[in-house]
Amino acid sequence: MAEAAPRVRAIIEATTRPIMPPHIKLRHDASRGRWIILAPERLFDPDDVAVDVLKLCDGQRTVADIAEHLAKEYNAPANEITADIVEMLQDLADKGVVKT
Amino acid sequence: MNEHSPSHIKETVMPLGACEPSEEQKDGAEIADTTCARAPIGLLAELTHRCPLQCPYCSNPVELERANTELTTEEWQSVMRQAAELGILQIHLSGGEPTARRDVVDIIKAASECGLYTNLITAAVLLKREQLEKLKEAGLDHVQISIQDTDARPENADRIGGYKGGSAKKKVVAGWVRELGLPLTINAPIHRHNVDNVAGIINYAVELGADRVEIAHVQYYAWALMNRASLMPTREQFNESAKIVEKAREDLKGIIVIDSVVPDYYAKYPKPCMGGWGRGIINITPSGRVLPCHASESITGLDFDNIRDKPLAEIWLNGDAFQKYRGTDWMKEPCRTCPRHEIDFGGCRCQAFALTGDAANTDPACSLSPLHEQWAKVADVESHNASPEFVYRRPGGASRKPGMQKSPATSEA
Repeated sequence: MAEAAPRVRAIIEATTRPIMPPHIKLRHDASRGRWIILAPERLFDPDDVAVDVLKLCDGQRTVADIAEHLAKEYNAPANEITADIVEMLQDLADKGVVKT
Repeated sequence: MNEHSPSHIKETVMPLGACEPSEEQKDGAEIADTTCARAPIGLLAELTHRCPLQCPYCSNPVELERANTELTTEEWQSVMRQAAELGILQIHLSGGEPTARRDVVDIIKAASECGLYTNLITAAVLLKREQLEKLKEAGLDHVQISIQDTDARPENADRIGGYKGGSAKKKVVAGWVRELGLPLTINAPIHRHNVDNVAGIINYAVELGADRVEIAHVQYYAWALMNRASLMPTREQFNESAKIVEKAREDLKGIIVIDSVVPDYYAKYPKPCMGGWGRGIINITPSGRVLPCHASESITGLDFDNIRDKPLAEIWLNGDAFQKYRGTDWMKEPCRTCPRHEIDFGGCRCQAFALTGDAANTDPACSLSPLHEQWAKVADVESHNASPEFVYRRPGGASRKPGMQKSPATSEA
């Protein structure tokens, strides 16, 4: 079935520059006092780390840049953060929430 | 499949289409527990019951509302503002065919201006490119186009929808949606007249550039219940289609998201209909009746409020119809003591009413219902008999033949 598909799966790596497409909305939900991701017939409930990562997904920064930035902020090893971010972003890419 | 989501993000499948719950929802640890207890998350706005198609499984009630009873533009705009104030996040503009109202642009603009995520659920055949551009400018976030079959089988598709040329037109409009950069979902109601082509439909959705496809086995209420003997697939056909979906999810991972809806009669456990009654979703009919779900008027004895008479918040919080089956206190056995009763909420109240005569009974879709075997047997028998002719969905009465009119006039209101 995959051969019939004109598109390919986006693979997230340290060099990837992820971005949320315009129809995916990361919004602060004032009535519930938290962040929320709005997607077609889906809601995603990000924790603080996910919100920090997604705010940095601007299509300019690489995953490595984001990890480095957050390593300083969290005072944690960048390689651990990178692995964590790659796993999270790959899952979101497979769900269409993040593009490369 | 079924791998867990990364711990940083929980996913909630909006229960509008009665989709299978996500892994978190199956675990009972869904987002809804923290967000839906007081405020709804989604609003299904049926702007009109007019529709050029005549699908025999239409989710509208058999008694369709007339055009002269529809809410005005200003009334719908007020609904959107009230919805946002109430905490609703997503608006699904549906029908009938929502684009049969020219003011759909003004309604979407009002929704978008108050931060609501807007989803147009359309049969697409009335849409013109210029109108789609205006909808995008107004802030439309997402388009969902229903199809009856693939473009390789247009005669079948057009026969099911009762609209000649519909299949070809939908393909053109899907192309415009992608050209304008709007995300596209293809919704394919599945039944015995297209269940053999599930693989083809998924590939067609990929070819059309869809981000998402719904393989939605027909839910047997209203028109579909009337046409059940024509539509019900055999259990073998359903099992085969489920296997195809599983495989396609693997093969097309990262290319298209595939959501599926199981036909109730072949389910083991019922779907968490609407994510629980009066828990996360509101439906408003063309004339302003505020319902816990689009089929709930089929339950006799419920008292529905109208948005023309009361504020939305008051109806949501205190309306009789919303209170009646909210939570779990109304449940009888086997639901009352079932460990799953906050996962699936006893299934669908409308189906329980239609098949058992009491909406507080367990939905016979559940294998724990004493009536489950009986209804599974009905499905088995009907699905193996020859398919009767469709009763086409049409205002003012059912018909075994599709109507002659190509499309209804659009109107200003």
